[in-house]
Amino acid sequence: MGFNLACYFSLFAVIVLVLVPFVGAAAGWHVIFGIVIPYLAGFIFLAGLIYRIVKWARTPVPYRIPTTCGQNRSLPWIRRSLRDKLENPENTIHVIGRMALEVLFFRSLFRNLRTELRPWREYPEGGRLLYWSTKWLWIGAIAFHYSFLVVLSRHLKFFTEPVPFFVPFVESVDSFFQIYVPAVYMSGIVLLAALIYLLVRRIADPKLHYLSLAADYFPLFLILGIGISGVLMRYFFKVDIVAVKQLAVALVTFHPTVPEGIGVIFYIHLFLVSTLLAYFPSSKLVHMAGIFFSMTRNMAGNNRAIRHINPWEYPVRVFSYMDQENMFRKQMKAAGIPLEKDTEE
Amino acid sequence: MPEVPKPEELMKIDYRPPERPWMETKPEFRGGRFCNAASPKWLEALDYPYARTWSVTDEDWNLPENWKDIVLESMHDRLNRFRSLRLFFDICVRCGACADKCHYFIGSGDPKNMPVLRAELLRSVYRRYYTVAGKLLGKLAGARELTEDVLKEWFYYLYQCTECRRCSVFCPYGIDMAELTILGRELLSSVGINTEWVMASVGSCYRTGNHIGAPPHAYKDMIDFFCDECEEVTGIRPRPSFNRKGAEILFVAPSGDYFADPGTYTFMGYLLLFEYLDLDYTISGYASEGGNFGYFISHEMGKRLNYKIYSEAKRLGVKWILGGECGHMWRVLNQYMDTWNGPADFLEEPVSPITDTRFENAKSTKMVHVTEFTADLIKHGKLKLDKSRNDHIVLTYHDSCNPARAMGLFEEPRYIMRNVCNNFYEMPQNTIRESTFCCGSGSGLNADELLEVRMRGGLPRANAVRYVHEKHGVNHLGCICAIDRAVLPPLLEYWGLDVEITGIHEMVANALVFPGEKKKTVDLRDRTLKGVEPEEIEEEE
Amino acid sequence: MADEGNKVVDALRETGFFKPKKMYDGGKVIVGIIILFALVAFPFLYNVGKAAKAPEPEIDTPAIKKLSKAERVCVEPRPYMKVNHMKLLTDWRDQVVRQAKRDYVGFTKKTYTMSLQNTCLECHSNYDNFCNRCHTYSGITPHCWTCHVNKPKEWAAGKLKEEK
Repeated sequence: MGFNLACYFSLFAVIVLVLVPFVGAAAGWHVIFGIVIPYLAGFIFLAGLIYRIVKWARTPVPYRIPTTCGQNRSLPWIRRSLRDKLENPENTIHVIGRMALEVLFFRSLFRNLRTELRPWREYPEGGRLLYWSTKWLWIGAIAFHYSFLVVLSRHLKFFTEPVPFFVPFVESVDSFFQIYVPAVYMSGIVLLAALIYLLVRRIADPKLHYLSLAADYFPLFLILGIGISGVLMRYFFKVDIVAVKQLAVALVTFHPTVPEGIGVIFYIHLFLVSTLLAYFPSSKLVHMAGIFFSMTRNMAGNNRAIRHINPWEYPVRVFSYMDQENMFRKQMKAAGIPLEKDTEE
Repeated sequence: MPEVPKPEELMKIDYRPPERPWMETKPEFRGGRFCNAASPKWLEALDYPYARTWSVTDEDWNLPENWKDIVLESMHDRLNRFRSLRLFFDICVRCGACADKCHYFIGSGDPKNMPVLRAELLRSVYRRYYTVAGKLLGKLAGARELTEDVLKEWFYYLYQCTECRRCSVFCPYGIDMAELTILGRELLSSVGINTEWVMASVGSCYRTGNHIGAPPHAYKDMIDFFCDECEEVTGIRPRPSFNRKGAEILFVAPSGDYFADPGTYTFMGYLLLFEYLDLDYTISGYASEGGNFGYFISHEMGKRLNYKIYSEAKRLGVKWILGGECGHMWRVLNQYMDTWNGPADFLEEPVSPITDTRFENAKSTKMVHVTEFTADLIKHGKLKLDKSRNDHIVLTYHDSCNPARAMGLFEEPRYIMRNVCNNFYEMPQNTIRESTFCCGSGSGLNADELLEVRMRGGLPRANAVRYVHEKHGVNHLGCICAIDRAVLPPLLEYWGLDVEITGIHEMVANALVFPGEKKKTVDLRDRTLKGVEPEEIEEEE
Repeated sequence: MADEGNKVVDALRETGFFKPKKMYDGGKVIVGIIILFALVAFPFLYNVGKAAKAPEPEIDTPAIKKLSKAERVCVEPRPYMKVNHMKLLTDWRDQVVRQAKRDYVGFTKKTYTMSLQNTCLECHSNYDNFCNRCHTYSGITPHCWTCHVNKPKEWAAGKLKEEK
């Protein structure tokens, strides 16, 4: 396959990204990897994302083009179920519901089907199309996003002093089974498993492999790198947690200092996270913000009831009725069609 | 007409992508897979730029010297005007959920017919000129130069998309290929790349009022002919009026409904229904086209053609507008007309003169879909219907893409069908309603020279019809789209299905019991009704 | 630019008609940006005005004070203990429970009995000011104390109420 290159390149890039802090931390550049780069990455993330959002927001939505997936509101006696209202919203409340389903539960992905062309002797053309409900991608996506969210919220304990109430709660649920010491977080396992699924799927499905770009493999490898370095740090190559927290708190209180003696694995983890943050706004990962702007989802299907205004609608050249009558007056008269201007009278 | 492989041959679809990466493959312009280039006369008539004689199969497409600047500038312009374009370029994650949702991919196995990759054809150029990564890393970042080959590839694949929006239903971000196709075709038009089939229709429509190029008097002739036909088969002669000022309702139908069978039976259906109701309506020779081929290629051209409807409604002084059964026509009427050519403040909020029902859902646009109108009539018991007159019909229903996915018109036609026909069976659930499959020939692709693409694109629909045909003996496919009525008969014939295509209002008229009518023995197509003895027919003759 | 030959468009473009002038649905977008900002800024805002003080576990218990300066070391060097005490305790548990070994030779070649309550807490009898300081600071809830008693002397003296 020609696009193997994209896959290898991404893997290689992430390996380089692991080596950079490995060498850098060994050389004692803790200030750069512990303070400068994280601040820079955080800034790029926020500023870049806001830039993206503003750029989208400043581009008008000329037409109201919701994709309607349920019965629209028409005659009063035509029943509209809750599903219809959420799939073909008629007002803002419905739109909020539709968006919530989309953002929180990946509604559209849940619809996913697998199309299969199967040999079918009973049909003269010899084949039959079958459509299977397939939820794997949905499960993978939900598992990935939610476990990432849990992992992220658990990390708040490093940035907050005192630790807010919900963090220990999330942790205790996450480590409910108390397997191993320290207790294994389910979110970590789910996150890695989901990432591996998403990666394997991209490589193993010929269609998907064909259309995938480096920009598709790179984030997967990168987040995989983040996850693996985090797992290694928690369970195998221990680091001084107090020192890590000191660094994190120092960052968020703008009193940056680097405590001594944090293991290199931490700097690898932090550097990969910084890369992800900085990469985020210029990548496909902006779908996080973009989904809210999707005009086929966030607009109400009430087109004929409420007029949508396009800010740049401009006059166009038209062929008027009189143009037509002037062209066909004689014939129209002969056919007995009423005229505006009967020149022969 | 180019030869199309036999169904058994065509069915051998190879879904394995080629060895070479997609940026290195070129489309093969083989007969049956592309539309012919537009002749300059249409472009000139419409003030379209770079009218010239060229041919798709030529190596040199005779592009203007600075074509690249023009295309890039056009893209830049649209990026600033359409949030959709910018957003859909930015947020696709290439998850592939859309891939096997496209009827052209299902029917051809060509990976560039996966909506994600079709969009990528445009997106790769956007990356090259609008993103830092694309400028620096080029191909590695999925970016590529805009070259003549890229432009040809756009032409090939953007004219293998029917703007049916099925992919946008399944996309987790709602990315709409239809939007990208329209804008991509606008880019092609900016350097004079258009197809004959579309431009001929648009050019004809612009001057004569409809895609088939029938001037007002010819249109009136056709309607008179339908009245004769109606009288012959039912004994009732409809009395439509033409360009009549002061009528209450302006009725606009797609030209497909008065151009050829079986659409014409639908038109006869409208006429008989309105006659039954003694409706105060008129038909216009100026706004004689509901459909809008202009919209397939550009928002601006869509607006230029659509202008006629409101303008004529205003001139004639009608209160509101009733629209016939048509697919993309209704996407335009529902989602664009009011924005383009409104506000229609010279019209009144539509109220059915028969039932006094206020169509509140159309209170701004003031245009009502004929199935909404008829469903309301049936609900209020205003129509005397004899369902058994459609007993020779075993019906299934094809949700036309745009009334489904750009409107949500699902129940009205079904309600009507259940009230006029005893035998109604749905096709498999993943092929109807919002998941409905395109006929394979929408958005200006119903040209004969594109036959192979059409037959491939129509495979999922035909296959679903096959299912109900075998299982329930379905012999009629109902639809509310004029393109459907024009292209599904050859499609089903190609796939060896003995199934007729019918509009909903044809069946309404079949079932309609007129006061004091003569005994009905045949339907609108002059076919003997079920339970009618041959002698009865002879008696009448 | 030749855009479908529409001169109007060209003229309008000259006037900047198509140039974006504002954010559309600006209100909603700004609310969205504020939410994004608030999420990102949460740890920053949460810590505003709080001094980032590192915890200092106390090692001045009577038992430690009794030791001479040279003897005042843990079973392994301090930096190692800081990072790995948990791993060490887990090892101890495995050796005691599964292999019935009780002796541990520390880095000073001194032999200790592997016991959290009897060895560790003998010196570090100040649970609140030793263990808990770092654990609270780092938001760590060790599972040691679901079985072990963290203040064995007080417990033996009956000063602690039995907790569930």
